[in-house]
Amino acid sequence: MSARAVVSKNRPVAMQRQVLQPDGKLVDGAQPMEEEFLLEALRWMMKSRLYDHRVIGLQRQGQFGVYSPGMGQEASIVGSAMAVDPARDWMVPQYRELMASVHHGLPLEVISSQYLGKIGPARIPEGVKVLPTQVAIAAQLPQATGLAWGLKLRGEDSVVIAYIGDGGSSEGDFHEGLNLAGVTKAPIVFFLSNNQWAISTSRRVQTATRSFALRAAGYGFDGVEVDGNDVMAVYAATRAAVDKARKGGGPSLVEATTYRMSFHNTTDNPSRYQDPKDYEEAKTRDPIERVQKYLASIGLWDGKKDEAWTEELREENDRALKLAAEAQPPNPDDVFANVYQDPPLRIVRQRSELAGGQR
Amino acid sequence: MPQRNIVEAINSALTDEMQADQRVMVLGLDVGKLGGVFRTTSGLIEKFGSERVVDTPLAEASIVGASLGLALAGMVPVAEIQFLGFTAQAFHQIGPQLGKYRQRSRGRYHCQVTIRAPFGGGIRSPEFHSDAVEAQFVQAPGIKIVMPSNPYDAKGLLIEAIRDPDPVLFCEPDRLYRSGKAEVPDGAYTVPFGKASLVREGDNVTLVAWSAAVELCLRAADALAADGISAAVLDLRTLVPLDVETLCTQVAKTGRCVVVHEAPLSAGFGAEVSATLMEEIFYDLDAPVMRVGAFDVPFPAASLEDHYLPSLDRVVKAVKRTMES
Ligand SMILES: Cc1ncc(C[n+]2csc(CCOP(=O)(O)OP(=O)(O)O)c2C)c(N)n1
Ligand SMILES: [Mg+2]
Repeated sequence: MSARAVVSKNRPVAMQRQVLQPDGKLVDGAQPMEEEFLLEALRWMMKSRLYDHRVIGLQRQGQFGVYSPGMGQEASIVGSAMAVDPARDWMVPQYRELMASVHHGLPLEVISSQYLGKIGPARIPEGVKVLPTQVAIAAQLPQATGLAWGLKLRGEDSVVIAYIGDGGSSEGDFHEGLNLAGVTKAPIVFFLSNNQWAISTSRRVQTATRSFALRAAGYGFDGVEVDGNDVMAVYAATRAAVDKARKGGGPSLVEATTYRMSFHNTTDNPSRYQDPKDYEEAKTRDPIERVQKYLASIGLWDGKKDEAWTEELREENDRALKLAAEAQPPNPDDVFANVYQDPPLRIVRQRSELAGGQR
Repeated sequence: MPQRNIVEAINSALTDEMQADQRVMVLGLDVGKLGGVFRTTSGLIEKFGSERVVDTPLAEASIVGASLGLALAGMVPVAEIQFLGFTAQAFHQIGPQLGKYRQRSRGRYHCQVTIRAPFGGGIRSPEFHSDAVEAQFVQAPGIKIVMPSNPYDAKGLLIEAIRDPDPVLFCEPDRLYRSGKAEVPDGAYTVPFGKASLVREGDNVTLVAWSAAVELCLRAADALAADGISAAVLDLRTLVPLDVETLCTQVAKTGRCVVVHEAPLSAGFGAEVSATLMEEIFYDLDAPVMRVGAFDVPFPAASLEDHYLPSLDRVVKAVKRTMES
């Protein structure tokens, strides 16, 4: 991995780590991922993009909830997830990195059923070390710090990876969560997906600093900036941070510079605020095509393979979506489920009122 | 007279006030080019520029805290919190700070700040977006709480809020944003705070509500009329100040009252209404005051919101119970 200056329209010049260039060629002297591992990464990235396309279509037909796609950010999503160990490490998501949670062991049908408004079927299975998606921006960060701190106190061999966006970096919870992690030397990696947008707000509005990664210095730990569209670089940088945390080296902040190649969510219309040229430019840095070009150059990828994988992955996703659709629909009584272990009597009465009994 | 929905009425109020007073500015998440996630600030940045219509970093506490400071400097900020549920991230700047600033400074400083925030269920929003937390702010004295239910009031109350020397929390019913148009004049006008509005006359029972629950009560009144029950609907319009006089006079006339709100039942503002009636007109009541609210659980997944929110059926049932006693 080497550091090089990258200029993109939506951001100032910054030093980013990169392994694989947008044209599919390795950076001089950079160490590529093992081929098997890279193929696996590609598979997950393609799965993520195909899933996005599929569920956006379903949402448009009223068959899926409000959804924030990860399109354009697949290298960040997959590269970061591959750097942690589902057997012992914990993942603390925001909401856009859905496929990272799936990689970490959350079945696709489970998270899909959440978007279909299911309750029971959307419960994270026992043993899967993933926390629920977080919609209150940055609220997950102090929690993730506490989790990592607690795991350290308990003497566990675990690391926490917590996701946050460029927008989320402005919240007080971001500062408080990272500061406390520095103080407690918690084994945690803060993975900041800088996709240049927080709904319609450009990352330039969020901060006057040149790079989010620089902020880590203020908390007393390391920050690295990585080309977030380069799965090899994302993996290497995140893995280094995870290894360091596991060895007792404390927290890190990884800033993955990427681009949201889609709307904020299915209710959003970016044409009101986004220059289409920015999108066109981002397309030239597509994280999936980059890997495919590289693999093609070493004889491991071609159109036929692309077709076969696409077909397979579509089927795999559709199977999960079918399971999610067939899973038990929500029941009115679920309004009262999982609020207290022992609900107060007043709530028990409200519950029976809803069920049609006397109030 | 021009017809406007609530989104357009709010936009019109902001436009008029920004035109009339150079000190008025709008700040919040995505209020600029996007025009706000519901488009209430649409076109403002084009008219008034990016110094007066400001996309802020994603940090609610700083939006409110900075508004306090801007007001001290002589600006008149209208802050938008993208959804009322995310006032939680700014609560310490609202209740303990904005609400107390006049008192803390022994009257030396005041905060002419308006905070606008959409809220309410019924539009299948993601988590936290629908929470009706208005009563939490009633426990933060020093702040006025405005809850319009229709386009005419939305414009007049917002202008009143912007001109008020004290901080105002202005809660907008997102379910009704585009649900219908009404006559809303061009040009500035105000609707005074602390004046409830009798939106429907009726003899047997008074339904008391604010914001989107007024619309529900109007539907309930229609349904009840079919059963021979004549229900009045009183729209409080502002919770602070509360129009105790109109509330008591109106309920004394019908002798029966049901309060309806979207917030959870326990310690919702319905409890305040009910207690006030007990204290003021106990001997004019023919039946206990009833409350219909959401259940005492957190707002559920969007797929379940219809079961959680007060429904037409639950309002009608509550009215029938008061009629029996
Ligand atoms: C505390 C809070 N404020 C506002 C919102 C509304 N909101 C949802 S997503 C979002 C933008 C988040 O941007 P970023 O952190 O960059 O993540 P991205 O969506 O780009 O992945 C906003 C403002 C929210 N969910 N939570
Ligand atoms: Mg972002």
